[in-house]
Amino acid sequence: MALKHVNAVIVGAGAGGGVAASQLAAAGLSVVLLERGKWYTAADCRKDDLRNQRTSVLGNNSGPDEERNPRVAVDLNGQERVVLPSEGSYSNNAACVGGGTFTYGAQAWRYQEKDFRMAATYGVPEGSTLSDWPISYAELEPYYEKAEYEIGVSGDVSADPFHGPRRLPLPMPPLPVNREYAILKPAAQRAGLHPFDIPMLRNSVPYGGRPPCMQCRWCVGFACEVNAKCGTQNTAIPAALATGNCELRTGCMVREVMTDARGRSTGVAYYDADDKLREQTADIVIVSSAAVESARLLLNSKSKLHPAGLGNRYGWVGRNLQGHTYTGAWGIFDFDTYDDIGPGANIAVCDYNHGNPGLIGGAMLANEFIRLPYQFVGALPPGVPQWGRAHKDFMRQWYRRSIAIQGPTQEIPIADSRVEVDPKVKDFWGLPVARLSGGKHPKTMETSVAMADKAEAWLKAAGAIRTWKKLAGNGTSGGQHQAGTCRMGDDPRTSVVDKYCRVHDQDNLYVIDGSVHVTNGGFNPVLTIMAIAYYATERIVKGWKGRGV
Amino acid sequence: MVIGNEGRYVLALDHLKLHSLRRRGFLRIAGTATACGALISCGRQSTPWRFLTAAEGRTLAAICEQIIPTDQTPGAAWAGVVNFIDRQLMGPYRRQQAAYRTGLREIDQAAVAKFGKDFASLDAQQQTGLIESLAGGQKRFFSTVIAHTMQGYYGDPRHGGNRDAVSWRMLGVPVIPIRGRYRYELPKQGA
Repeated sequence: MALKHVNAVIVGAGAGGGVAASQLAAAGLSVVLLERGKWYTAADCRKDDLRNQRTSVLGNNSGPDEERNPRVAVDLNGQERVVLPSEGSYSNNAACVGGGTFTYGAQAWRYQEKDFRMAATYGVPEGSTLSDWPISYAELEPYYEKAEYEIGVSGDVSADPFHGPRRLPLPMPPLPVNREYAILKPAAQRAGLHPFDIPMLRNSVPYGGRPPCMQCRWCVGFACEVNAKCGTQNTAIPAALATGNCELRTGCMVREVMTDARGRSTGVAYYDADDKLREQTADIVIVSSAAVESARLLLNSKSKLHPAGLGNRYGWVGRNLQGHTYTGAWGIFDFDTYDDIGPGANIAVCDYNHGNPGLIGGAMLANEFIRLPYQFVGALPPGVPQWGRAHKDFMRQWYRRSIAIQGPTQEIPIADSRVEVDPKVKDFWGLPVARLSGGKHPKTMETSVAMADKAEAWLKAAGAIRTWKKLAGNGTSGGQHQAGTCRMGDDPRTSVVDKYCRVHDQDNLYVIDGSVHVTNGGFNPVLTIMAIAYYATERIVKGWKGRGV
Repeated sequence: MVIGNEGRYVLALDHLKLHSLRRRGFLRIAGTATACGALISCGRQSTPWRFLTAAEGRTLAAICEQIIPTDQTPGAAWAGVVNFIDRQLMGPYRRQQAAYRTGLREIDQAAVAKFGKDFASLDAQQQTGLIESLAGGQKRFFSTVIAHTMQGYYGDPRHGGNRDAVSWRMLGVPVIPIRGRYRYELPKQGA
């Protein structure tokens, strides 16, 4: 059944889609924002350490539905397996209004200048698809600033000499610090590093009509009880709705992007909350479903003129799937480091993002969010048994006396790390599911081990009496930082979207989310996703001439 | 008895909703069933658990207690880890029901073969020795039980384990979330 035609339909109400909706609606376009998940609020906060987006052993707290949304994961030995959203190899982000921003840790990093020019800086290692972005940090800077001010960022990056030029400081001061900060900061300074307060999409003072963070221990993975975490669900999306130009429809699973006889996008077909098939026509279609689902949707949008899926003439949709290779170290101390002051992560160094001899890229290193007791269970140094009296003793003795430092090593993209649609397995609605396969480039692994060394050295400098590394496997990477599957580029033969996020062979189809990232920085990617959404939608609005752009 | 069977059926399907109500009802029914003994039409022995049989529960409790033993603080058995696992086997762990059925049976069989007694009747040293000798599928099953035991002991008490927040008290983690500790009231203008 056809619905009233609109100017723009956006698939996915996360970081990218939420911002895009706010900008188009503010400019007067009629917008329909489709989200397959629900709209939770702060009142739905459930501080459940076994059922959340970070620790999902008993399920997720913000989607997707466990029974309706399987995927297929192929491991490095070629073994394939149907996986559910709560399993690690599913690479889940979230499915709800706000997407990942509803439950994230909210680190608000700008990528550095070199992160946009990785190939120019390091050359292209064999076996990789490493490439430069078609846009620079300087081009994106005003939009980073806009994201920081519109959504709200606290922190203080003035002591970080490595960030790119910026016009304004962050809009909010950092939160009061915890004991880990007091231990780690002087140690970093003594070691010649440049520690500073992590920028966070989290209120430290009243901002945007919402209160400041109350520094509880349930942060990353959880909804914020006092609405102090700034996600699109409590910023951009309410703003979009307030214009009167945007309609949000939840529980809507998009089947495909529809095209006309000439191959041009005309809207989307989706299953509504009652699982009825609907067709929403629009002048502009924006896919913002995160790297795995955006690629899946394009690949599932097959037609006579697009037999391999939309935007996939040269086979690039779904390739270069990347997240971050998290490595780091644990340290234990002969005094209490735990003071129950959340969110935990508050101090970082960017000394190792670039300029590591012989390595490509690197990572920002920061202390970890507060570890709930169950999360400490697996943090064992070599030699401590996994069960029995000794394990219990270890927990009792060191839980309150430990610090973890880790960092998201920037991954070197490879073509074979990819999202496809599975030929056999279908989801609840009968749509072919995403099939994830591939691994990591050896240079990524090399850098990630070096980052663990640096983290360990920082802990030693801080007086840890024992330290041990936390290393990463070389399987498929994606998860909450998933990116890269619809990469941005000037050459249609080697990329999916142009520098304004428009799919190359389409004049009205856009991908606005982490999928367009050519590389994913050594940082949490969300602020870049938001900045790109501001940047891309500004261009759409400027070029808007009414129906039929 | 017809009522009893229905009660059990509803419990299996609807374990998440109205859980405590159903459970109380079921315990009452189970009590009646025990009293009536051989009259139980389905032929199953009565059990206090949702998924596990009474014997399986006993074996599992002994295994969990080896994973997190009682010392100066209570161990997994007191903390209700079996209750936790049993509850999850009817929910998020349901895909592991078969693994539990087989795994617990095999561990008991191994105990009988080696010592002539079921696992729970062995002394602590024999139990540890037997666990350490597990191989193949049994070892993998034991790894699953380790993970589930840790979740039940260190996880949120709302799921049926970590009774009285025993592990959080042991670790020294404040049990009740402290609200309003930080300057939560909005600062005055110009303050």
